[in-house]
Parts: sequence; C-alpha cells; structure tokens
Amino acid sequence: MGTYRVDARGLSCPQPVVMVDRALKEGKEDLEVLVDNEVSRENVLRLLSKKGLRAEIKEEEGAIVIRVFR
Amino acid sequence: MKNIFASRMGIVSVGAMIGILAALLQHFGNPPNMGICVACMERDIAGALGLHRAAVVQYLRPEIMGFVLGAFIAALLAKEYRPRGGSGTLIRFFLGIFAMIGALIFLGCPWRALLRLAGGDGNAILGLLGLVAGIFIGVQFLKRGYNLGRSYPQHRASGWVFPALMVVLFLLLVFRVSFSPGGPIFFSEKGPGSQHAPLLVSLGAGILIGAIAQRSRFCTMGAIRDVILIRDFHLGSGVLALVVAAFIMNIILGQFKPGFAGQPIAHTDHLWNFLGMALAGLAFVLAGGCPGRQLFLSGEGDMDAGIFVLGMIVGAGIAHNFNFASSPAGVTPFGPIAVLVGFIFCLVVGLTQRDRI
Repeated sequence: MGTYRVDARGLSCPQPVVMVDRALKEGKEDLEVLVDNEVSRENVLRLLSKKGLRAEIKEEEGAIVIRVFR
Repeated sequence: MKNIFASRMGIVSVGAMIGILAALLQHFGNPPNMGICVACMERDIAGALGLHRAAVVQYLRPEIMGFVLGAFIAALLAKEYRPRGGSGTLIRFFLGIFAMIGALIFLGCPWRALLRLAGGDGNAILGLLGLVAGIFIGVQFLKRGYNLGRSYPQHRASGWVFPALMVVLFLLLVFRVSFSPGGPIFFSEKGPGSQHAPLLVSLGAGILIGAIAQRSRFCTMGAIRDVILIRDFHLGSGVLALVVAAFIMNIILGQFKPGFAGQPIAHTDHLWNFLGMALAGLAFVLAGGCPGRQLFLSGEGDMDAGIFVLGMIVGAGIAHNFNFASSPAGVTPFGPIAVLVGFIFCLVVGLTQRDRI
C-alpha cells in the first residue's frame, strides 16, 4: 500500500486539521501531509501530538511535508 | 526557531495581555466595555469616512490600524509574510457584510462580547450563547466538507495594499483632513465615537496586540470552533485568559458594573442579542476567523481576509444607512429581517461551497 497524501496547500485552518483527522479516522497508514504555511504546520502537529503520533518534517519545493508515523 | 507564542503558555499570556490592554484603553478614554471591539471600531471608521451618517459613531480608530500594522511587522520579522488570495473572494466580502450586520444587532463583535461579560454586562451572556450556536452550525458545514477553495500565492507587493490603506487612514486621522464643508472626514462630537484614548496610546496598544496576536494566532471564533470540532482547548485558553484578565483589571479600575438593564451601549432584547451574534458567529466560521483574526491575517498578506474586513466596513455602512443596527433602545424594525437574510445567505454558502479538494 502506497503513501496516502493529504494535500492541504493553500488551505487555511481548520481545513488541514479536518483533512488529517479524517484520514486518520479512516485508518490510513503511511500518511503524508502537505501544507504551505506555518500556522497549518503548527495546527497539524498539535493534532498529531494529541493523538500520540510522531511526525517527521521536511521542506520540498516551498511546501512543508509532514510524514506521520503510527 | 520555535514559536514560543504558539505554546499554551504563549496563547494564555497573549489573551491576558489583550484583556489588560482592553481594560486600560477604556480607562484611557475608549467607550465603556469597548476597550477593544473590532466590529464597533470598523463601524466607527466607516462613519468617519462617510459610509454612514450616524453622527455618534464616527472616528478613525487607531487600534484597527495598529492591529494590521503590528501583524504586518511581526509577520515580516518572523518570515511569515506571505501574500495570498483567490479563495472565495466575493463570498468572503458578503460574509463580512452579514457578520457586521449580526454584530451590530447585538452591538459588538466576539471581542466586545467577552469584554462586556468581563465588565458585568449580563446581556453579553446571550450574545456569547448565540456566538456558540452560530459556530456550532458552521462546524456542521466544516464536517461535511465546506471550504471556499484554495488560496494561491500572490505577488509580494500585493500584500502591502492593506497595510498601506491603514497608513493612509492614520494620516487622515493625524491631519484631520476635511474634504468639503460639512463633509468627511467626520469625527463624532458626542456619543461613543467621541470617546477615545489618546491617539498614540490607541495605536501603540493596537500594534502590540497585532504583533502578539499574529504570532500566537489568537482567534475568538477559532477558540470555540476548535472545542466543538476537535475538542482542542488551545485557543480557548487564550480567550479565557482574556476574560479573567479584563475582569480583574475592571475590578481594579472600578469599571465592573454587574447587571442587565442600563448597561453601556447595549440593549436587553435577549432574543436578538442571541440571534445577531449567532449570525455573526456563523459568518466568522465560514470565513475562517473572528474579525480580529481577519485583521491580523490581512496584515500578514492574506488578501481574502482583507476583503472580509472591507466587507465588514461596508456592512457597517449598510447596517446604519438602512437602519438595521440596534441602539441602546433595542432592535429596529428592519434588523431582524436583515438577520434572516443573512442566515439564508450563510446557509446557502455553507451547503453549496463544498467542492472536493
């Protein structure tokens, strides 16, 4: 099963958080979230830490890529 | 670099700071329970520009300019200045109009609702309950995939337009330009518009709040929305800190006067206090931020937030020209109709704007 990508670029809060929350509830493994601003990064990371999930962050072509570990 | 303002301690400090500054602004001359009221202050700006002719609410409020400029400077320093736009722009303009109409039925935005509560005004409870109800409705749309579409990066200079507009307003205030005899810029000689803290105090407080709110992402609507949507109390802790800090300051400064009747710049029509704020709350959710947050976003380059603000200013003109806005005597015959129209607009927007992203 490939990486499931949530592309939340250009979307402002709370949309990125809602999309990630939905993907997690649907049981998506191997999740990768794309955001393009600091606020979305903070909000998505806050959601992940509340759920006890680890994340790894890297920058790719102007986007922030958040890789989620179960 | 870690953003300390985005921590729990950070948001609580920011909320407390806003509460303290709001109480002090009132102490230094702003109208009662209106140390800060984004809606009222934008309404006063609309009046000063002649967009409405309600003689008692006309003043170019430096706090609003400070909010935008403070956020602009903070965003530049933090490398978060990011011009963007193109997400449901015209819809946001109308959401701004109806948000303002709802707020002027209640007589205050969420910020003032909190400050009214901290000043002892029981009517604020109805407004805040309405706010929660409106946000609850909006969250149902969010859960069903509501969004106004993506925004896209814009040219770097396009994000300067809104801060520049604030500088122009500031110059008009400083030089008190009169464009024609009996014409704008208008300055109230009596009523709430005539009550204001000294210019530099207002501007300084505005810039400080704009900067720390930009860093902390303080948002009164977001606070309630996040609790309902994802059981997250992060922003909520900032809002609670605001109320507690303003309450303590009001006690110290002798500004706490509990009761329902005879509260300053308020009316006791419980139903319309509730419904006015419910409409505003719904519009804020659909637009993604409370009126304060929209100003901070405008400062960091969000042109769609800027359009929402302009919608609110135009909405203030409409609300007073068409006699929708309440007064301390109560709601007007047309106010409830405007609220109904606003609800219809927001419900249609909420139901229809849900393309897959």
